[in-house]
Amino acid sequence: MTPTLQVFLLVSAALFSIGLLAALSRRHAIFILIGIEMMLAAANLNFIAFWRFGGEHQPPIGVIIALFSIAIAAAEAAVGLAMVIAVYRHYRTTNVDQFDRLHG
Amino acid sequence: MNGAAFIVIAISTLAAALAAATLRKLMHAALSFAVALVGVAAFFFLLGAEFVGLALVFIYIGAVAVLIVFTILLTRRDTGKDHGFNWAGAIIAVAVFGGLMWAILKTQSLVIVAPHTPALTVKRIGVALMTTYVWPLQCVGLLLTAALIGALILVLEEKQ
Amino acid sequence: MIKSIDQVFVNAKHWLLSWLAGWPNWATQVVSSLINILALLAVFLTLFALLSVLERKILARIQNRYGPNRVGPFGLFQPIADGIKMLIKEDIVPVRADKIVHFLAPVLIAAVAILTLGVIPYGRNMAPFTIDCGILFFFAVGSATELAVFMAGWGSNNKFSMLGAMRAIAQMISYELPLIITVLPVVMVVGSLTADRIVAAQGNYTYGLIPRWFAFTPWGMAAFILFFISGLVESNRTPFDVPEGESEIVAGHMTEYSGFKYATFFMAEYLGMFAISGLAVTLFLGGWHAPAHALEFIPSYVWFFAKLSALLFVYVWVRGTLPRTRIDQMMNFAWKFMLPMAFTCIVAAAVWHYAGRGLRGWLWSLLVIAIVYNGLSILLDTKRKFAPRVYRFAE
Repeated sequence: MTPTLQVFLLVSAALFSIGLLAALSRRHAIFILIGIEMMLAAANLNFIAFWRFGGEHQPPIGVIIALFSIAIAAAEAAVGLAMVIAVYRHYRTTNVDQFDRLHG
Repeated sequence: MNGAAFIVIAISTLAAALAAATLRKLMHAALSFAVALVGVAAFFFLLGAEFVGLALVFIYIGAVAVLIVFTILLTRRDTGKDHGFNWAGAIIAVAVFGGLMWAILKTQSLVIVAPHTPALTVKRIGVALMTTYVWPLQCVGLLLTAALIGALILVLEEKQ
Repeated sequence: MIKSIDQVFVNAKHWLLSWLAGWPNWATQVVSSLINILALLAVFLTLFALLSVLERKILARIQNRYGPNRVGPFGLFQPIADGIKMLIKEDIVPVRADKIVHFLAPVLIAAVAILTLGVIPYGRNMAPFTIDCGILFFFAVGSATELAVFMAGWGSNNKFSMLGAMRAIAQMISYELPLIITVLPVVMVVGSLTADRIVAAQGNYTYGLIPRWFAFTPWGMAAFILFFISGLVESNRTPFDVPEGESEIVAGHMTEYSGFKYATFFMAEYLGMFAISGLAVTLFLGGWHAPAHALEFIPSYVWFFAKLSALLFVYVWVRGTLPRTRIDQMMNFAWKFMLPMAFTCIVAAAVWHYAGRGLRGWLWSLLVIAIVYNGLSILLDTKRKFAPRVYRFAE
């Protein structure tokens, strides 16, 4: 049995939903970031799968979009985690439900 | 492309991802997240995109996972202990998964096997990045620099 | 005849695989990988055992004493005794430790060290596995070491462990940048990330005399020195063993480990050292090529391991000679000196390439490196910052 494009998309959809689960249902800021990163990884998996099953392309555009997406995900993680630390310094908590004042 | 390898990688990736989303201890979740990303990189290897897989491992394990564990370490003394679990989010996630699954299973044109293509060499990626996509590449470089400076400014100690 | 001695291990593997003629393709592949893994482990664990005793002997010689000489001839069976001691020691796990993380840290760190050894070509046709981007594989897998060290520090739930892990990660991340950037000029000049191609590019002799190793070009020499220093840091060796400074924080992230787990950490440190030195040999010292045309009758793997042993000897020599640096000195050195010099190596390699890869390129790239080196020395005021501390006494 060789895996078809369909099963790759199914795995990617499952990974995306798990990321969504982490981002929506956990109240900890770092879990939300982990969830977002997981959703981005699922999107990358889709890009690579479509590139592989879509036949010969020059330049290999799916691969290049995935590379850019990884770079942007890294930037997003750095800024997001810096924000978590900055907010934690201010409120002494990482629970996103307690970030409810604009002026402290 | 091997079916057995696919099943093994899929099960371990999804199990690690589920653990990352649901485990109580933050550190265990972060480490499971790293395992899930290694699984995604293994998928990239399976699909013949070794370079992207290695870049993913390099960036996520070497940088993002270390950043996450450092943040966990720095925000350890958390006063708001009750972090709870929002079941509405779980329902939405399951609904989204159901919708995506329905759409994917409905589309018959997706049931195709991979065509035989020449192996993707690093040289081809490099040539594409340095010719057609040189401007996006510069923009990403600028974005990363901006993110670096922004992150540094965000975590600077506030002057009282 | 010479060729058959050179290829004796490759032929032996082919002979072993010829027994499996009727087996399906995937089974042959699995057996072939298993043979590679077993050979790799056998060679490097033996080398680890040998080095652990030779290191003590060399250190003893430097410090004017005898070193281990009780077990076996010249104390050569010392590693076996050490191994037995480590195996039968009690395995202590702290009560408050995060048990899973505490257990997984040594496993991960050893696995990473063994995986990184896999991409290095040990002789003609003797790379355990060839992959299109082997050098990237080395660094991508190697970057998991940081996570493993952090796991060890966190899992132990101990102040010393955490401090040691933080120090280790700080220095590893700081020195990983020069480590990777000094590899780039080689990759640029060769035009490939494959270790085999990099070795093949260093195969010829200029004027039939000087081997074309990258260490014999100005940028290559500078990059090699920077790479070697970063390698010292990455493998936590003296003078950069701040993470496990015995006199300050017991043993850093390894404080709470005992028995076989501690031995695993110890082994991983040595295997990491072999991997970094092996990569340095591959990138800068011509891999398995002989240093002169007349010496090519000696098999390729002998040359590789001779160069590897020479580098390992320098590691031990440095350990016996230099005192431990302070962490702020290390960080200053990494960000203010190593990183700019590493970038200079890229520029110098480009100059070398465009000036024709000959004597002219050699001189031009030497000029670039000399200017930046002197400029950095003046800018950083090295006399004040990196010189030995001046003590003032009451007069």
